[in-house]
Amino acid sequence: MSERPDAIVSIRNLSKSYRRGNQVLPVLTGISFDIARGEFVALMGPSGSGKSTLLNLIAGIDSADSGSIKVAGVEITGLSENELARWRAHSVGFIFQFYNLIPVLTAFENVELPLLLTSLSRRERREHVEAVLSVVGLADRMDHYPSQLSGGQQQRVAIARAVVTDPEILVADEPTGDLDRASAEEILRLMDRLVHELGKTIIMVTHDPRAAEKAHLIRHLEKGELSES
Amino acid sequence: MFMLKFIVRNMFRHKLRSILTVVGVAVAVLAFGLLRTLVGLWYSGAEHASATRLVTRNSISLIFPLPVSYLDRIRGVPGVTSVSYGNWFGGIYIDEKHFFANYAVQPASYLELYPEFRLSAKERNDFLMDRKGCIVGNKLAKTYGWKVGDIITLKGTIYPGNWEMVVRGIYRGAEKTTEERILLFHWDYLNETLKKTVARRADQVGFYMVGVKKPELAPDVALTIDGIFKNSLAETLTETEKAFHMSFVSMTEAIMVAIQIVSYMVIAIIMVVAANTMAMTARERTAEYATLKTLGFKAGHLGFLIFGESVAISLFGGVLGAVCTFPAALWIETQLAQYFPYFSVSRETITLEILAALLVGVVSGIFPTWRGATIKVAAGLRHIG
Repeated sequence: MSERPDAIVSIRNLSKSYRRGNQVLPVLTGISFDIARGEFVALMGPSGSGKSTLLNLIAGIDSADSGSIKVAGVEITGLSENELARWRAHSVGFIFQFYNLIPVLTAFENVELPLLLTSLSRRERREHVEAVLSVVGLADRMDHYPSQLSGGQQQRVAIARAVVTDPEILVADEPTGDLDRASAEEILRLMDRLVHELGKTIIMVTHDPRAAEKAHLIRHLEKGELSES
Repeated sequence: MFMLKFIVRNMFRHKLRSILTVVGVAVAVLAFGLLRTLVGLWYSGAEHASATRLVTRNSISLIFPLPVSYLDRIRGVPGVTSVSYGNWFGGIYIDEKHFFANYAVQPASYLELYPEFRLSAKERNDFLMDRKGCIVGNKLAKTYGWKVGDIITLKGTIYPGNWEMVVRGIYRGAEKTTEERILLFHWDYLNETLKKTVARRADQVGFYMVGVKKPELAPDVALTIDGIFKNSLAETLTETEKAFHMSFVSMTEAIMVAIQIVSYMVIAIIMVVAANTMAMTARERTAEYATLKTLGFKAGHLGFLIFGESVAISLFGGVLGAVCTFPAALWIETQLAQYFPYFSVSRETITLEILAALLVGVVSGIFPTWRGATIKVAAGLRHIG
């Protein structure tokens, strides 16, 4: 299988298994596919099909048994822990199902977190944070703590945190899974804007067919194998 | 700066837990400090002893007396400047609970050897002139409200009977460490009474205090004195005042060692408690650490966060405990003056308290720091559920 010329993510023969005692449980078996720059891809499949594992591997927070993962031209399977941390800091934005905001930090400080790892000055960091919080519509809530925000607002803060470093790709694991319908719609619209207005590439794991409908491409994972719909 | 702010916010995240940990460390550090002070005070008598004073006593035991006739022969030893003598009287004031040291001494020579007992010239003279007079330390006088001219009665235990004497002076210590809870009265008063009541116990002293010209002469003078009385009916043992005090201290050394062990145990216990609290805290925040790692934070950043919090909480408790040591020591000094007339906390003790708190913070932070720093990101994120 040859690589697409516009691919930002290129996966070849990727395999991953987990060990439970003496038993080896294969999760992904020889998966190969590409994701084009600016594409919004939804990964669907039943529980235990390996969707989140695949997402974690693409995001560099888990390691594959074999195969290759190239993101924006960087082969990440051979990187060390520290190299992966550095790479993640500027190349990947994360959106989690339960937002994963730090409860003792305000919305502003949560969004500022990834920028602390850059060489930006305090003033520049402030400008960046204010800009992205405006994009997600929370400019007036930046001094609020996560506990003072609704679920939808917390997820918007998480999205602001994900895009504040202007990463190549965004990975989202069930981003609407913990939200009511209206908030979920709001988040999906925001993600759609990120793709269309900012040209971001989004890979989203979801169980929700209505969320998946927003994607350009839906890929199904079942028993460790991938199919397209 | 951001990370320090992060540490402080984390510290007060579970207010009750943090307050209890801080209070726990503070109480442990306070207990450690007070026990260390107690041990230090136990040895302070020896530490503040004069290097130019020797004590001569019966070589068998302190409870066996020496003849008063030894006085002139000791005085004649080269290097000796002055000699005094006396007896431990062991009298009781009112009842056994009111304990304080009281000695029958040869007053003029004794005061000459103890210039740190400061009296006005008039009080000194009045004391020397009155055979039934006594002097008392300032703290002792305050305890019982004694004034110059008061008549007090001691009940003898070693020397039975009621011993009436007049307070002729109240001395003050030249140093803070000078003992101010002693009563001194005339040896002649004791001896003359004994001559009338128990004649066989008269003309005997419990100890001689010997002043030497300079500290370097002390060993030779001691050897010479003991040599003079070798093979006599009452052989002597002469030692420095410090060694004399230490011989008392050594009798109770096992207790002091036990107290020292307890002081270390207190720190060890709080270390385990603090380590458990920090481990629990780190376990609860597993998902957050994984999130931070996901964002690109490295093991070092997390280590700084967790270790910083552990050390900050312990140091906070340590400083609180150290600050509380002073009023606690003052309270002990005022409320338990008969046992601890001088209960002052040294700078060394405060330093040890802070170091102990730091040690608690460092040790209790090691495991959670290691755990947080080495957490696998994917596994940590799954911790959310």
